[in-house]
Amino acid sequence: MSILLLHEVTVSFDGFRALNSLSLDIAVGELRCIIGPNGAGKTTMMDVITGKTRADRGKVMFDQTIDVRRMTEADIAHLGIGRKFQKPTIFENLTVFENLELAMKMDKRARVSMFAWLDDSERDRVSDTLKQIRLDHQAERQAGLLSHGQKQWLEIGMLLIQDPRLLLLDEPVAGMTDDETARTGELFKSLAGKHSLVVVEHDMAFIEQLGGKVTVLHEGSVLAEGDLATVQNDARVIEVYLGR
Amino acid sequence: MRRPFIVRFFSATPKAGWQALAIFTTFALLVVPLLHLAVPETSVFHVSSYAITLIGKIMCFAIVGVAMDLIWGYAGILSLGHGLFFALGGYAFGMYLMRQIGRDGSYQSDLPDFMVFLDWKQLPWYWTGSDSIWWAAVLVLTVPALVALVFGFFAFRSRIKGVYFSIITQAMTFAAMLYFFRNETGFGGNNGFTDFKRIAGYSITSPEMRVTLFALSAAMLMATLVLCRYVVSSKFGRVLMAIRDAESRVMFLGYNPLHYKLAAWTLSAFLCGIAGALYVPQVGIINPGEMSPANSIEIAIWVAVGGRATLVGPVIGAFIVNLSKSFFTQAFPEYWLFFLGALFVGVTLWLPQGVVGLWSQWREKRANALAIAPADAAVEPGAAK
Repeated sequence: MSILLLHEVTVSFDGFRALNSLSLDIAVGELRCIIGPNGAGKTTMMDVITGKTRADRGKVMFDQTIDVRRMTEADIAHLGIGRKFQKPTIFENLTVFENLELAMKMDKRARVSMFAWLDDSERDRVSDTLKQIRLDHQAERQAGLLSHGQKQWLEIGMLLIQDPRLLLLDEPVAGMTDDETARTGELFKSLAGKHSLVVVEHDMAFIEQLGGKVTVLHEGSVLAEGDLATVQNDARVIEVYLGR
Repeated sequence: MRRPFIVRFFSATPKAGWQALAIFTTFALLVVPLLHLAVPETSVFHVSSYAITLIGKIMCFAIVGVAMDLIWGYAGILSLGHGLFFALGGYAFGMYLMRQIGRDGSYQSDLPDFMVFLDWKQLPWYWTGSDSIWWAAVLVLTVPALVALVFGFFAFRSRIKGVYFSIITQAMTFAAMLYFFRNETGFGGNNGFTDFKRIAGYSITSPEMRVTLFALSAAMLMATLVLCRYVVSSKFGRVLMAIRDAESRVMFLGYNPLHYKLAAWTLSAFLCGIAGALYVPQVGIINPGEMSPANSIEIAIWVAVGGRATLVGPVIGAFIVNLSKSFFTQAFPEYWLFFLGALFVGVTLWLPQGVVGLWSQWREKRANALAIAPADAAVEPGAAK
């Protein structure tokens, strides 16, 4: 069963093909790592899945039946696709607690927000997530004052409390200490199964820790796919990373 | 524990805010009216009608400042066309005031003077109902908000942001100004509306009417502050700030920023319209000059001077700028614009958080000093050992 299926997706910017007939199949509960050199189309792929960029051709199916290509960013988020940006993107002027409050899965229409009030079970969910991302002592702190690694964790927490079925994570451990990276790896592994995860990373040690299937992107399409050892020994992959 | 909405609404304004509002209410609704009406003009305690009108006018500006802060300070949308909504509210009420002149105009006609001058024989269709104060109130409450709703819908749906948005708001108010300058538009051309005589049959220049308008402006200013405080401290307000800081993150969390921006924008225009309607009877004139781009820019200056995203800052800013304006334009008329420019540059350079920011910086400093002082005291006995 696939949670996300990309079939021959093509995206061009002024003649440059950022994605070139890209096909990808993510199974329910899978933890998939995506690697590739700069400009391989990793971020564009995430933009297409989340509705930020429109595909020129091809199909993007979520949960086998839902075509997301015509949907808005907000509607796609409501389907259950959460996204973490490459640069930690949190609300710097709000507190850590408020960041999670806004992210939490609930009715997000403007007229509802005008009168919204957190009940006890929602407060509990925020504090559970705060513990999970180890920010429970920083709840009232302004998010902009957190360290880089903590900001990354806060953004991951915002994703978790959204309770998405599919998590797209763009370089989630960039700028983290080794200790933080290892803990993030543990967290992701514990999420797989319940959620499906797509992780874009450059850190090979981290990918090894995650241990899932690896897809190598190059010039907008899939170059190789398999477990990390197979991919690393693939002649074409070595050429793309080391050659020229 | 779930508190009823009404409690949440009023408790959004903190205790200190209510204390300040109570003092303000006492002055605006009791002390000043009494000093104007009951104290003889010869007494030093008499508040002149000049002062009443000036402060009443500035309170209307302060409402506009707070409304501007809601969208600029909290949602990060800089409008340089808010004067339009203010003027539309003023024109909507001005139509009623023109009809209240009755046959007391220069031409002793049933029609407003400017229509007689244009040789019009009857009221244009859009003046229908302008005899009724209730219809005037309906226009004041709906027209500016509707214009804002339509304009905002197209602008926000096309995801126009930042300086581009500011420029088109500027173009919007400029275009409206040119349209209202035309005599055929039916709003008095470049003279606009003036020579008002009465409201609901009572003389507009009587001391009682002055005081009533003054008190209404004060009450509206307070209502605006309490309402906006609730809005910005609700979850809606936090989403607005989130949109200001990272709009794409907000979208990927499942919010549609269009609805949030549009609601805040329309509310802001609605408040400006009411302020305009209270302003016109106090100053006795409304003309297309109110829609000039310079006026709208001045609104942004009040907010910047007072302090963005504070709500109370724009009130202080409106008072500082407009009191200086009435002082300068009498004492040194030719220097006013230089002063205004210098004020804006100075605030931008040295007071990015405005006058209110100065106050909170001072409090922070004092808090730090207090936090350090006991620590020193604790070290000393240890050193003495």
